[in-house]
Amino acid sequence: MSIELGHFALVLAFAISAISAVTGLVFWKRETIAGYLQQGAVLQLLLVVAAFAALVQAFVTSDFSLKLAAEHANSAQPLIYKITAVWGNHEGSMVLWVLILVIMGAGVAAFGRNLPKDLLSLVLSMQSLLAAAFLGFTLFTSNPFLRLSPAPFEGKDLNPILQDIGLAIHPPLLYTGYVGFSVCFSFAIAALISGRIDAAWARWVRPWTLFSWAFLTLGIAMGSYWAYYELGWGGWWFWDPVENASFMPWLAGTALLHSALVMEKRNALKIWTVFLAIITFSLSLLGTFMVRSGILTSVHTFATDPTRGMVILALLAAFIGGAFSLFAFRASALRAGGLFAPISREGALILNNLFLAAATVAVLVGTLYPLLLEAFTGETISVGAPFFNLTFGAIMAPLLIILPFGPFLAWKRGDLIGVTQRLAGAAGLALFAAVLCFALTGASVSLAPLGLLLGFWVAFGALAELVDRAKFFRTDVVTSFRRLFGLPRTAWATALAHFGLGVSVIGIVAASAWQAELVTTMTAGQVATIAGHEVTFSGIAHEEGPNYASDAGTFQVRAPGGEIRTAVAERRVYVQSRMPTTEASILTYGFSQLYLQLGEPQADGKSVVRLWFKPYVTLIWLGCLLMAGAGFLSLSYRRLRIGAPQPSASRVPAE
Amino acid sequence: MRALLAVLMLLVLSVPALAVRPDEMLADPALEARARTISEGLRCLVCQNQSIDDSDADLAHDLRVIVRERLTAGDSDDQVRAYLVARYGEYVLLNPVIAPHTLLLWIAAPVALVIGGIAVFIGARRKRAVVTDAELSDEERKALEELER
Repeated sequence: MSIELGHFALVLAFAISAISAVTGLVFWKRETIAGYLQQGAVLQLLLVVAAFAALVQAFVTSDFSLKLAAEHANSAQPLIYKITAVWGNHEGSMVLWVLILVIMGAGVAAFGRNLPKDLLSLVLSMQSLLAAAFLGFTLFTSNPFLRLSPAPFEGKDLNPILQDIGLAIHPPLLYTGYVGFSVCFSFAIAALISGRIDAAWARWVRPWTLFSWAFLTLGIAMGSYWAYYELGWGGWWFWDPVENASFMPWLAGTALLHSALVMEKRNALKIWTVFLAIITFSLSLLGTFMVRSGILTSVHTFATDPTRGMVILALLAAFIGGAFSLFAFRASALRAGGLFAPISREGALILNNLFLAAATVAVLVGTLYPLLLEAFTGETISVGAPFFNLTFGAIMAPLLIILPFGPFLAWKRGDLIGVTQRLAGAAGLALFAAVLCFALTGASVSLAPLGLLLGFWVAFGALAELVDRAKFFRTDVVTSFRRLFGLPRTAWATALAHFGLGVSVIGIVAASAWQAELVTTMTAGQVATIAGHEVTFSGIAHEEGPNYASDAGTFQVRAPGGEIRTAVAERRVYVQSRMPTTEASILTYGFSQLYLQLGEPQADGKSVVRLWFKPYVTLIWLGCLLMAGAGFLSLSYRRLRIGAPQPSASRVPAE
Repeated sequence: MRALLAVLMLLVLSVPALAVRPDEMLADPALEARARTISEGLRCLVCQNQSIDDSDADLAHDLRVIVRERLTAGDSDDQVRAYLVARYGEYVLLNPVIAPHTLLLWIAAPVALVIGGIAVFIGARRKRAVVTDAELSDEERKALEELER
């Protein structure tokens, strides 16, 4: 019964969003329409929540008369995986996608009370149009509410690789990031339709950009860590097309974050900011298309169905094509604003955007080129990690070099020589730290020391900004500390985000360059040594899990300091799907990790054991957490300002 | 990078085992290190975007063995790659060759950077011209009057 109610709720949500979109786009100039659209947005949210709840209930109670549950859930699965199985498939994940979309729409309706009515109406209509399109897609090509009769006694298993806490965290975070950018997209379209855009527009868009960007950062980092511990060979980024699909909106979103800053503070870069807002969400949609169209195969992709692919492609073409046509016709109506000298904060942020845009192009072309080449000429080539490391790295290196200068430069006209002097301390420290690492690990001819230098430079440069603004060493310590804690949260957020980026770079370089690896065969009692850690193999025990059988290898690890820990690495076979997986064991020592994987048993009774020591590898994700945290810190400050009673006071009168 | 690692590990570790599966590894560490480097750039043809160095698949195992056989037979790194391309096509290379059909792929990002750079440069010059220009346009004068009102 609840399944039919859920189905009905989803149909009703589709109808309401379609009506909201059409009436909103026709009557957006009327003041009264905004109120109806706000109610419509809330209704859409309630109905999609009801539909989603119906799905969750069917999965939790193992109602296999629901086709989706029968295909993707098993009564033996632990409760958490029954719930996450709802979005561990194409249809259910579409409902999650739409749920987050309507949450964003309701968010705009709730927080947008002080927006000009016409702008609010246009944004809500665009959100409704997106919701209508994707609800329609869900209902007509991938209906999650189909029934089976007779209902099977037992359901198939969720893909074992997905039976992990990661599935509970990674997709919701990532989708919130992806879909959050829809609000920026809707604001951009609203600006183009109304032909009016000013610093206040940027002020309203920035929190949504920050919010989406922070979630996307967390989502990507979580996905990376999940791949790292689940896929079993210790890689954390593969330049897989689907990873790239999430990385491109992140790069474009990072550019948008910075250009919206210029627009808010200086009323410049309007056309570019609108362009970026469109591009960022278009790249999110492209990711959705790539995952669901069947043009790729990966652990992320869902069952292939050419109709779905064609419909998604048509939606993609309509939204992206429509947005860019509108952009081409209307962009000239947006007037350029604030003047500035090339060497200024604005100039630095433009360079940031230039490099981020080029990096996005590098990833985009590398991802799509093999697909297009095959479609047009039939030739198949691979574009893999070596290509991306080279092109992406070559573009990011100069960006990292100029990054610390940005926050030091004044708006309008900066003093490059003065800034260089103030950054000399950070540069010296970075050089010292890099040389120290270099000396401690031995001479090499690789690029690793340069990479480390860049990481330290970015991290110390970010700290130097705080030190400089607090006037440390130029006034007494007490005053400096008072100044430091009196700094606006946005200053802290900038420094924290840039520091996080530096930390990630250091982690990436250290873990890639100084990783130690050992592949060997072991019998119980044998000892292997890796990076000073003595690993004793205690043997393999057979265990039965709730829905799998497992061979668990136990190891005693003696760290260089003498500390002894136990590690258990498993090889599992899932009962229902007969699919084998490996569960690596990871021991964390400070920022470094020892990664143990139990390989296939050999004929002579020995076990293949793969050991990696990954120095400072956790810094990669820790840096991402710092960046996302900085996003939320900035957001917590901005919300107070956004909620200020007289937002119009900050608006630029020359409209 | 891998070669460096191999050398480092030989210094650090007492067990010089570098093979992906212990039974595959070559006795000569220098040759084995070259095999690893080559393996990292070769695609496991039946996998999802994995190099043969990372993959557990049987085909990846076969390819790793072929790489080591060719190296033992005295082939250079490029000869090994050419041998595999002749058998499996360019699809086996994770790092695409630079050739007419991949030219667009390789130059896209640098061209985007250069075009963007030129656009920024022109924009900056135009802005500077406006800054140094004492005369205000009618539009700007109007905007200024509006501001002063």
